[in-house]
Amino acid sequence: MLEELTEIKIARRDLLVNSLKGGGALVLGCSLPIDALMAQTSDAFPAARDLDPSKLGTWIAVHQDSSVTVYWGKMDMGQGVDTAIAQLAAEELDVNIERVNTFFGDSFVAVDQGGASGSTGCSNSGVALRQAAAEARLVLVEKASARLGVPVEQLTVNDGVISAINDASKKISYGDLIGNDFSTVSLEWNGRYGNGLGLKGRAKIKDFSEYKVVGTSVGRKDLPGKIIPETEFAAHVRVPGMLHGRMVRPPSAGATIASVDKASISHIRGAQVVVEKDFIGVVAENEWDAIKASRELKVNWDESDAGFPTTSDELHDYIRQADVEKSEADTEIGDVDATISGSGHVVKAEYEWPFQTHARMGPALGVADIKGGEGTVWTDSQKFYDGAILAAKFMGVFEKDKEVPVRAIWAPGPGSYGRSDSGDGVADAIVLSMKTGAPVRVQWMRSEGHAWDPKGPASVISTRGAIDSSGKVTAYDYHLKGFSRQDVSSREDGPGETLAGHLLGHDRPRRWTMQQPANSYGFENKRHRWSSIKSLRDMASPLRTSHFRDPYGPEVHFASESFIDELAYATGDDPVAFRLKYVTDPRDTAVIKAAAELANWEPRTAPRKLKGADGVLIGTGISYAQRNNATNAVVAEIEINPRTGKIWVRRFFVGSDYGLIINPFTLDRTIEGNLIQSTSRTLFEEVRFDRKTVHAVDWASYPILQSVDTPEEVKITKINRPELGPKGAGEPVMRVVPAAIANAVFDATGVRIRKIPLTPSRVKAALDMA
Amino acid sequence: MSKKFTLNVDGKSHVIEADPDMPLLYALMNDLEKKGPKFGCGLAQCGACTVIQDGVAIRSCVTPVSAVTGNIRTLDSIGTKENPHPVQKAFIEEEAGQCEYCINGWLMTAVAFLEENPKRTDAEIRDLLAGLQCRCGTHMAILRSVRKAADEMAG
Repeated sequence: MLEELTEIKIARRDLLVNSLKGGGALVLGCSLPIDALMAQTSDAFPAARDLDPSKLGTWIAVHQDSSVTVYWGKMDMGQGVDTAIAQLAAEELDVNIERVNTFFGDSFVAVDQGGASGSTGCSNSGVALRQAAAEARLVLVEKASARLGVPVEQLTVNDGVISAINDASKKISYGDLIGNDFSTVSLEWNGRYGNGLGLKGRAKIKDFSEYKVVGTSVGRKDLPGKIIPETEFAAHVRVPGMLHGRMVRPPSAGATIASVDKASISHIRGAQVVVEKDFIGVVAENEWDAIKASRELKVNWDESDAGFPTTSDELHDYIRQADVEKSEADTEIGDVDATISGSGHVVKAEYEWPFQTHARMGPALGVADIKGGEGTVWTDSQKFYDGAILAAKFMGVFEKDKEVPVRAIWAPGPGSYGRSDSGDGVADAIVLSMKTGAPVRVQWMRSEGHAWDPKGPASVISTRGAIDSSGKVTAYDYHLKGFSRQDVSSREDGPGETLAGHLLGHDRPRRWTMQQPANSYGFENKRHRWSSIKSLRDMASPLRTSHFRDPYGPEVHFASESFIDELAYATGDDPVAFRLKYVTDPRDTAVIKAAAELANWEPRTAPRKLKGADGVLIGTGISYAQRNNATNAVVAEIEINPRTGKIWVRRFFVGSDYGLIINPFTLDRTIEGNLIQSTSRTLFEEVRFDRKTVHAVDWASYPILQSVDTPEEVKITKINRPELGPKGAGEPVMRVVPAAIANAVFDATGVRIRKIPLTPSRVKAALDMA
Repeated sequence: MSKKFTLNVDGKSHVIEADPDMPLLYALMNDLEKKGPKFGCGLAQCGACTVIQDGVAIRSCVTPVSAVTGNIRTLDSIGTKENPHPVQKAFIEEEAGQCEYCINGWLMTAVAFLEENPKRTDAEIRDLLAGLQCRCGTHMAILRSVRKAADEMAG
């Protein structure tokens, strides 16, 4: 809405929040500069707003100084998406980027567009807000037309000043048009919340040939405040009367509480035990006291039904033999079985991927203040809107299609990369606040962040291919068997999806969802199947599985793109030439060619086994995959120390196509981050566990890539396709990396390693066997 | 039992009351309300809590308040938006880090070793930064930033 400071709409939520906080200090106009809005701490909130998605004022406010606030229903986890949103809005509104602020992270102020999810920040929410911004410009220009007596088509806008093309003296600024109200302007809303929320309007989107701000490298708006540092992270939230909480975890997975010796912490100031069923935590006024209490509390655990049916060493045989809960073929073209059984040349391979943990830099954190059927939660979760719903459900006050009487506020925290432990931390805070009647801040300890975080699922992937006498691939069969990618939901909106809910005995839904390869290989007979198996423990399992950045993408494409490499060599083809022969989408062809060209790819039909100084083994490998209308190819150049088996990825060469490029510099950083995180998962990461419990508890037992392991160089060719709109770059290249590295290992050594991670000992053993 | 401790942090003297074994990090975050150091592991394995004591980068999550003897510098006092430290300036220009939760450790470690001697080879920089964790995988940009800052500080 175009509003004055005095024009604050008092929604029912305002009254609620005021009553929660005893009134005062809360009602801040949306016309405040964004820095002031964002600086709100726990004892002061921006005013709640009407959140009807079909009203333009819900999305955009233009202020007296012609600055603009865009209300965004996702959040940025450090990839500069809020800056990209501001760029899209500035472009359509014809204002300088400095004038646009993106507000996000408050469920009473911005509509739920799904939080950070599925790399849809630009591709979905950005496109919706772009339409809103274009609509706002149109409304303003129409108002100006009436005021100036100049037809709309004869007006132009430059940095928020509307003027007649033929008479520059006839002009008016956005700010001078104040008094109009966007809340009466309707948009066509598709009726959906979350990632799928879409908006249409009368305004035509600007043609990309006229872009001035989109496509330029605007610096990340959030960065100075985090590096100087002034930004309040979720970890800094302090609420008056707040207690610090810590959880107490059992010594084995699924152990239950036999008895608690509350007197064992009576010597610690103000420490209290909160226990119900198998949920157990402690609270104290002082954080260190809470930590000590959690360590010193004596609990007798009943471990008679605890533990797992297998270990990390035996895991993949366990998966092979496990009963299947659900199996589906996502792709089935032609007759794969008949073609393979009738073929004289069949290639087969199996690939294994371990459990991996999100291992956020800071373990789970949540602050909750629940009182009298209302409440506030503060979280760094990428699904922060769910925190409000989760609290309402724990409180028993959730009603479908009714306003949720809980406010969720997001503040920056450690990157979360999917359904990490953050939702579980919020749940713990909610339960502790409900039980104590006080605001409670819970921070997990490091061992919980690793061991009790939901895991990326382990799997076994079986592949088969048939080759005819001319060397043509006639059939391709792919079967993923493993744990569900949503054993607990990627949403955090129900007690049954959280560890606390499990410990309290809430019903929990079960979902069997997996993933299939995403590519355009035009094999005549092609099948992608998956089979989902039960979690290793049904309730409160530290090995429950959920989304881990690019859910099932690295796992699936490690196998599918390794196997494409195997087929290439089996047909006597070069891996790049083979891919180019079979892909059918020209965008795929373009990125594969771009990566190969950057790498000066040397065609080969057998592993080259190149050697460098000191006998180091050198190889290159290529891999490619699509993801939600983005596509990437990666060439990895690696070196292997033959004495230790240690792999160093020296260079990456990337061909990428994310449709419209909004911010080239920040996009490069996003691609690099994906490459490195995926390299870490490929080379180092495996959650170790025995029949009792998980042994990945810190950075020593679950090492990730270090500064000394960092590549020397990353070269990227970005293909800009503005006509396609933005396609989301947050995670698509994750999935391409593992096979690129594994294929490079084959080129360097002639040995095919089909098990992740590619640790020095595994590589050394494979080299010794060869 | 809790006792009084005087902490010299960012050029100011603070008296706090704490258990002698309480790590310095909790005093910095709760008593002094510093925004730079973060809790990452409590085990000196990640560096998110790093501060500089008398020129040496230390991990405040494992340093008991009773063992703090020198002058502590935190990220909060290294520079300002108007006048950032060369390391901060380089990290902003190169857009190092993503979530920025870990960035305190990389910044403070680099500040300590570059202020000691800014003439560092690329290999030395990699070695001196080992033991710091960045889960977003922004190591490329971090290494470029430290190189850039080193060159600027070496003149």
